Amino acid sequence: MGFNFRGAWSIYIRELMRAFRTAFQSILAPVLTTSLYFIVFGSAIGSRMEPIGGVEYAAFIIPGLLMLTLLGETTSNSSFGIYMPRFTGTIYELLSAPVGVAETLIGFVGAAATKSLILAAIILGTATLFVDYQIKYPLFALGYITLVAASFSLFGFILGIWADSFEKLGIIPVLILTPLTFLGGTFYSLDMLPEPWDTIALANPIAFLVSGLRWTFYGSSDVSIAVSLGLTLGFLAICVTVIAFIFKTGWRLRE
Amino acid sequence: MSEPILTIEGLSKVYKGGVRALDNVDLSIRKGEIFALLGPNGAGKTTLIGAVCGLVRPTTGRITAFGHDLAKDWRQARAQIGLVPQELSTDMFETVLRAVSYSRGLFGHAPDKARIEEILRSLSLWEKRDSQIRELSGGMKRRVLIAKALAHEPELLFLDEPTAGVDVELRKGMWEQISGLKERGVTIILTTHYIEEAEEMADRVGIIRGGQILMVDDKDAMMERLGTTEALIELAEAMSELPPEIAAFPVELRDGGRELCYRGGDGSGSGKAEVAALTMALTRAGIEYTGIDIHDSSLEDIFVSLLGSEDAPEEAA
Repeated sequence: MGFNFRGAWSIYIRELMRAFRTAFQSILAPVLTTSLYFIVFGSAIGSRMEPIGGVEYAAFIIPGLLMLTLLGETTSNSSFGIYMPRFTGTIYELLSAPVGVAETLIGFVGAAATKSLILAAIILGTATLFVDYQIKYPLFALGYITLVAASFSLFGFILGIWADSFEKLGIIPVLILTPLTFLGGTFYSLDMLPEPWDTIALANPIAFLVSGLRWTFYGSSDVSIAVSLGLTLGFLAICVTVIAFIFKTGWRLRE
Repeated sequence: MSEPILTIEGLSKVYKGGVRALDNVDLSIRKGEIFALLGPNGAGKTTLIGAVCGLVRPTTGRITAFGHDLAKDWRQARAQIGLVPQELSTDMFETVLRAVSYSRGLFGHAPDKARIEEILRSLSLWEKRDSQIRELSGGMKRRVLIAKALAHEPELLFLDEPTAGVDVELRKGMWEQISGLKERGVTIILTTHYIEEAEEMADRVGIIRGGQILMVDDKDAMMERLGTTEALIELAEAMSELPPEIAAFPVELRDGGRELCYRGGDGSGSGKAEVAALTMALTRAGIEYTGIDIHDSSLEDIFVSLLGSEDAPEEAA
């Protein structure tokens, strides 16, 4: 028996079904929150702001807001997907089945990434109701959103294996990812910051992600798209390596 | 019936903190048998199952299932093994049908509605197929776990305390279902606290304590070898001393001389013949008795006596 395609597909479908089962929490709530950002910061406050780099403020914040939702929701979805079987004990079935690291990742991470892509599409569709914007490189944008969704799904998977309580599960998305995204240029360009904060801001890895996505939307960004892309790919590689280590050693999975 | 499908050699498991849950376990399971693994709490039963099913990483030892080394060819081996865990661990918000279908897919099998229906009907779950698992009773939840374990048609099924917390009537129903699985050719390894369960169903019995297998034998052979007969004879008048022809039997006086207790024979029934001889000897000696209570020892008696013994017998088979 080689790669267990049906096993991977079963996990994938089941995880997607779980998202639809909890559609309000998984999809409607983040869309509603992001819409409020569009209304408040885009339509209300944005109309009184100067364009940034030739982009209207309401349109300027779209990539950042999308990244804000994407990172939080992707990480939470993925971490919850693997944490719950550990918490309820149903992980026994996964561990006793002929599925390895590849099937598990395709199932759990693939489903979390798919949910994020659906969410991103809904948010971008919702944004058109409030803001007039166009995506300069749509295929690049799709590719970059997919890359970020996959990377943070992997990260969430690691988080779900590391966490041994619901509190720990929420720490990273709420206390680290959200603040870093807010401070990573979601609502402003980094060069609007005074010295030394514009330099210090570059220590925030999320700033590179926001900047990278903004480049795919408007063709300009705070940092080079190559750097953003390289950093995201590096993060993806680190996550894959950590997960391979987890499966090899059975850390927090097998006693 | 004699072909081994699971072989465990020198299996040890030491948990973090130094607890040795399994200590150099050797065990061979034959195709088509029901094997009952008996032992007190903490004996290592669940760890042993976990090691075979991939939930526990053995410290040392080798496990071969269906000719596949579990350390290397785990996919092939696991595809043929099913597990019903001790805990009622299921996705409570999932429906019965979807949960069982998921299990089949997870093990690499194509969807088969007819097969899933057959399994659910055999476990009296078909009417509940669209119910969320959280809505079911404890006994039904346990049957859902069995259905999930059977969904990929395993050849070897582990049942870890399958009737724990299940009422007597339902327990007997489960025994019938387990017997039905055996008739279909499924090899079954079960752990249980209910010795009666092992006595009812098992072909062979293994006794484990402190992570070590104390004994493995055919159930009937074990009962014959280690079983005894006990008879309590109520005497019409109390005695202070036994006459020599009575004292020649394995008997003792109890209850102030009003009761004569015989304990002897073996599991083959020879004890009953000896009790008959004893009663005739009592009649010949002019000793009157008013009642006899006689019974053969159960597997539970053997289990208790074995675990209570410091010099437990070594593995017999």
